Amino acid sequence: MEKFVQITGYAAPMPMNNINTDMITPKQVMKAVSRKGLSWGLFCEYRFDDQGNENPDFVLNKEPWRRASIVVALENWGCGSSREHAPWAMLDFGIRSVIAISFADIHYNNCFKNGILPVALKPDEVARVMKDAEAGKPVTVDLPSQTVRLEDGAAFPFHVDPFRKDCLLNGFDDIALTMLESDKIDAYESAYRKKVPWLFDRRPAGREPAPFR
Amino acid sequence: MGRPNTLYDKIWDSHVVHQYEDGTCVLYIDQHLIHEITSPQAFEGLRMAGRKVRRAEATLAVADHDVPTTSGRSDDCDDPEARLQLQLIRQNTREFGVEYFGFEDVRQGIVHVVGPEQGLTQPGMTVVCGDSHTATHGAFGALAFGICTSEVEHVLATQTLLQRRSKNMRISVEGELPLGVTAKDLVLAVIGKVGTAGATGHVIEFAGSAFRGLSMEGRMTVSNMAIEAGARAGLFAPDEKTYAYLKGRPYAPPAAMWQKAVDHWESFRSDPDAVYESEVTLAAAAIEPMVTWGTSPEDVISVNAAVPDPDKVAVESKRNAMLQALAYMDLKPGQKVTDIKLDKVFIGSCTNSRIEDLREAARVVQGKKVASHISALVVPGSGLVKAQAEQEGIADILIQAGFEWREAGCSMCIGMNPDRLRPGERCASTSNRNFEGRQGPKGRTHLVSPAMAAAAAVAGHFVDIRTWA
Repeated sequence: MEKFVQITGYAAPMPMNNINTDMITPKQVMKAVSRKGLSWGLFCEYRFDDQGNENPDFVLNKEPWRRASIVVALENWGCGSSREHAPWAMLDFGIRSVIAISFADIHYNNCFKNGILPVALKPDEVARVMKDAEAGKPVTVDLPSQTVRLEDGAAFPFHVDPFRKDCLLNGFDDIALTMLESDKIDAYESAYRKKVPWLFDRRPAGREPAPFR
Repeated sequence: MGRPNTLYDKIWDSHVVHQYEDGTCVLYIDQHLIHEITSPQAFEGLRMAGRKVRRAEATLAVADHDVPTTSGRSDDCDDPEARLQLQLIRQNTREFGVEYFGFEDVRQGIVHVVGPEQGLTQPGMTVVCGDSHTATHGAFGALAFGICTSEVEHVLATQTLLQRRSKNMRISVEGELPLGVTAKDLVLAVIGKVGTAGATGHVIEFAGSAFRGLSMEGRMTVSNMAIEAGARAGLFAPDEKTYAYLKGRPYAPPAAMWQKAVDHWESFRSDPDAVYESEVTLAAAAIEPMVTWGTSPEDVISVNAAVPDPDKVAVESKRNAMLQALAYMDLKPGQKVTDIKLDKVFIGSCTNSRIEDLREAARVVQGKKVASHISALVVPGSGLVKAQAEQEGIADILIQAGFEWREAGCSMCIGMNPDRLRPGERCASTSNRNFEGRQGPKGRTHLVSPAMAAAAAVAGHFVDIRTWA
């Protein structure tokens, strides 16, 4: 996973609530079988018309936000489907951070798995960031100090779980981290097997698989 | 000993393998379900890292999202991208030793219908799947939630997930649901009250006599939509109905271990004085048949109500969202719900495609005809539901009424397969999301119960099912 330490860039303003993952990456993006190369799918039903031409009114088709590395939205960003295609497409487009008032749980978590930092700020702070975003001013998101900084020096602190922060700063792979605890998983599993034996070696007990049609 | 715990706390505590300093836990996963859309990149990741599947027997694979639902289908379907995903899930599961229900298997169907039907979902378990509607399995008192593809890979490799504990929310509905009001109406009413982000960061426990009174199918409908209130999961305490549903299912505990299993399951109940960070209460008697009018499941009103007026909304962001939703849905403030004319009716999805849902639809349309301008589709949740419905004569009733009768799959809930709305079409749907474009680009979705959808198919517009003769 790509590390996240600090980024400074243009922030695309999307002053809406409930931007769901069906909007971020509609179903056609979910036909992909690789994690890479999905930038075309980011908001594609809003960015492009039926012929594939750019919609000039959509924020990500305008300068300077074609080069945005941050998105600013209001409440409940990323609600709905659990699709990781949303952060994959965001990352491939170049989005490394989302600043919003609140996030939906699954998507919030999915961002961290892909080197994207979701930042929750207070409504008035988001309004300030939104203003700078709309003015095309650069916004800085700094993970070590856990602050969002604006051009005029305004700084807003944000919360991030220490474990997730550590993973992002170092670009750690979750699976490799968990595998460091393999002994504990083995021990848990053997004790658990005694407690709930019917959940192990599961097969349709005493039954043949259903007949083929 | 210790503080009183909720059902959620008990499942969580019994699955913690390791806790890091900041509270992040390595959580053991009992049952993993995978499908063709969110698994290819996970297997690709395993292959690239040279990793194996830790416990292949704990994962079941089934294709459902982009499968065609017409008869005679095979992996070699018309859509080249779907074809690739169908071929990949078959190859990947074979390579890594995971059981897969393909088209040739009568057990194929929507992953959240298949799991419970096979007895894979049991009380006190942790169940995950790369799909937000994994919440469905909470109906059994299992902690079930949707995960992303990287986490699918994590579960395959380690049989665990890195998770943080959620807060507890209890939603209590006391009393008896009025005649004609179903589990779907109940959960839509709950979402209308809580809001689409109201339960973010929480796991819901559904409590009270109205929830207890539901069948297992009804409970699955409710848990399924917990995610639409923003919840991580939505649980029901297991009881005799849960055990009766499970008994004799292929993957349920065998007879020799049954009593031991029931004793174990009985321990998964909230303590009487357990504390919930958040409480919501509704009265069952006040709930009516519900219809969504907008583009979020929280945009829901009674069938007897009128489309709401944005001018009466004070908060600007909410007013703008409402204006945008009304424009997208081509509805006017004040318009009566029963005057909304439809083009399509869809009965199916992981929310409402079980045998009870199909029985309900058949009961409503028996001896009647689908309106001439409506195209109506019934898609059973699994091959086994389909076979049962055919055996019970339900399929014949629906077909005679003019419904198309299809093979199992997600179908028009997600529009990733050939079943979808055309731009501008309006659909009464028993599915779970009315987002813009969800059922097809520029398609318009109204979420309703199976009975309401069936009645709307006959009338050609919404009708109050309580007045249906």
